[in-house]
Amino acid sequence: MQTKSRFLTVTAGLGYLFLYAPIFSLIIYSFNKSKLVTVWGGWSLKWYSELFENEQIINAALLSLKIAFISATLAVVLGTMAGFVLSRFGPFKGKMILSGWVTAPLVMPEVITGLSLLLLFVAMEGLFGWPSGRGTLTIIIAHTTFCLAYVAVIVQSRLASMDETLEEAAMDLGAKPGSLFFLVTLPLIMPAIISGWLLSFTLSLDDLVIASFVSGPGNSTLPMVIFSKVRLGVTPEVNALATLMILVVAIGVIGAVYQMRRQATLTVKLDDK
Amino acid sequence: MSFSEQIVPSSMSTEQLPLWKQEGAEPFLRIENVTKNFGDFKAVDNISLDIYKKELFCLLGGSGSGKSTLLRMLAGFETPTSGRILIDGVDMAGIQPWERPVNMMFQSYALFPHLSVADNVAFGLKREGVAKAEIKQRVEEMLGMVQLGHLGKRKPHQLSGGQRQRVALARALIKRPKLLLLDEPLGALDKKLREETQFELINIQEELGVTFVVVTHDQEEAMTLATRIGVMNQGIIVQTDEPHDVYEYPNSKFVADFIGSVNMFEGKVIQDEPDSVQIDSKEAGTTLFVNHGISCAPDQIVNVAIRPEKIRITKKEPEKGVNCIQGIIEEIAYMGSLSVFRVRLASGKEVRVTQPNFTRSMGDRYTWNDAVFLHWDEDSSVVLTS
Repeated sequence: MQTKSRFLTVTAGLGYLFLYAPIFSLIIYSFNKSKLVTVWGGWSLKWYSELFENEQIINAALLSLKIAFISATLAVVLGTMAGFVLSRFGPFKGKMILSGWVTAPLVMPEVITGLSLLLLFVAMEGLFGWPSGRGTLTIIIAHTTFCLAYVAVIVQSRLASMDETLEEAAMDLGAKPGSLFFLVTLPLIMPAIISGWLLSFTLSLDDLVIASFVSGPGNSTLPMVIFSKVRLGVTPEVNALATLMILVVAIGVIGAVYQMRRQATLTVKLDDK
Repeated sequence: MSFSEQIVPSSMSTEQLPLWKQEGAEPFLRIENVTKNFGDFKAVDNISLDIYKKELFCLLGGSGSGKSTLLRMLAGFETPTSGRILIDGVDMAGIQPWERPVNMMFQSYALFPHLSVADNVAFGLKREGVAKAEIKQRVEEMLGMVQLGHLGKRKPHQLSGGQRQRVALARALIKRPKLLLLDEPLGALDKKLREETQFELINIQEELGVTFVVVTHDQEEAMTLATRIGVMNQGIIVQTDEPHDVYEYPNSKFVADFIGSVNMFEGKVIQDEPDSVQIDSKEAGTTLFVNHGISCAPDQIVNVAIRPEKIRITKKEPEKGVNCIQGIIEEIAYMGSLSVFRVRLASGKEVRVTQPNFTRSMGDRYTWNDAVFLHWDEDSSVVLTS
């Protein structure tokens, strides 16, 4: 047992090192005093203060947060509806196609999603003049599209594991289908919705490829700004920015995991007794 | 409370008779030729059944017998393929679950995990738009009745199985339904708790005067709870009777075998008179006498059914030689309150006999390979023609 557990420890250690060494080196170098990215010159917070004075980056960050917030919210509304239909309406014509379509963005290469959305927007503009030009709106639509898929999958699996007699009990006690959804179903799938929202938020904040396709001039999201900066050479400022982004994303992911755990324990507790 | 005025004014002649035995009594729940198909499968096959006010009716059957489907049709979760359901004279066709004067207690209890016990119980009243103060008072009253007054603030996952069962019952009763449906109400409880709860359930039912329809696969539960039992098999009701009659006068081999255990001897009718039948049974190795007449063709093959506890077991040959067969004890199971014997007859047929353990001593007990006589009275057995 002793040797086996040591082996496991070493394996796990190597795995984590492989995953997180680059991130940790980035975080450490964001506190580097030196102007040269690869040379250590002692601890300093000066790149953070410079970062906050850089209007271009701050504007891009605010835009990204705004897009992430709006598209996560839209994705949650549409994704919950899709997940609900997929798990509750029984077999219906076109269910296979719908579930395929809903989940396709999960496996579709981002380049293709981005390109196809761009073509769609251009064609739509040509046909009805909406959306006029590409910018924040088109990025929001694009992000909603692919985040919706994640929300739908999470909500659907939550609904599938939920005891359907709960809904029957509510009906039996006099709740009509409409109020039943808000009084029973929605509170019970709330953890799934929250984790879906957090996941969508981080995915949207993260996205570079799709945003690059569908954004217009003057509407660069944060990842786009970083990417263009890096092409001119990495500045320590970018390290600081990346560290802050890691922080935001980590909080989002941890929050999502916590919500899923909470709903899992809630279900387990009820099943035990 | 309005149940006191619901008590039927009793006239002298019908005072003793329960409603289902009274000529022309109005049924409270009427099931008329109800059939339910799932694809090619007939879950419920042309059932007609009348249930009367304040009855505690048990639908008893194995899994797949259609009992739950029938219950779900009463609640409105399934629509009959054909036939009608009338509750208190109103046809339920097209009436949605949330509009029916019916409440259901689910097998899984289906308590809302995000609501407290009190909010679970109040759920039905809130949907009706009852005033807040009244809701509070009625919830307290109901929780008090199921002895959970102190647990109103808890969440369902903080309760034991027995407590959850009570919450489910309180929640289903709070709207004062005309008809309460219970799906395996005691199925998830352990044996001891189940026995206690059975009697509580009967008390509550009598106190509130609500009509109960209970679905169960547990024959003991059905025997204790029910005013009448409907035994179901493969989508049809095989027999509807009071518990005593279902046990003592089963109308078919299926019912005799499903409720309790039974020994059956196949034989040919050799004499059939209004008050006695003689059956020649090769399995029993003798002629069996039964003191009730049957209507059947001469020489018909029938089964004589005798319950294990109605057979006496002796070492000496009894003086009255009627219904007496000989065998050898093959197995004994000591179960504390009684002993179960498996006796093999000369024909190879095995007979199950149970005897209460009258004394504590083991001295005069039977042992393996003892040759014994088994005998029973003419009115202890029944003849089954189907």
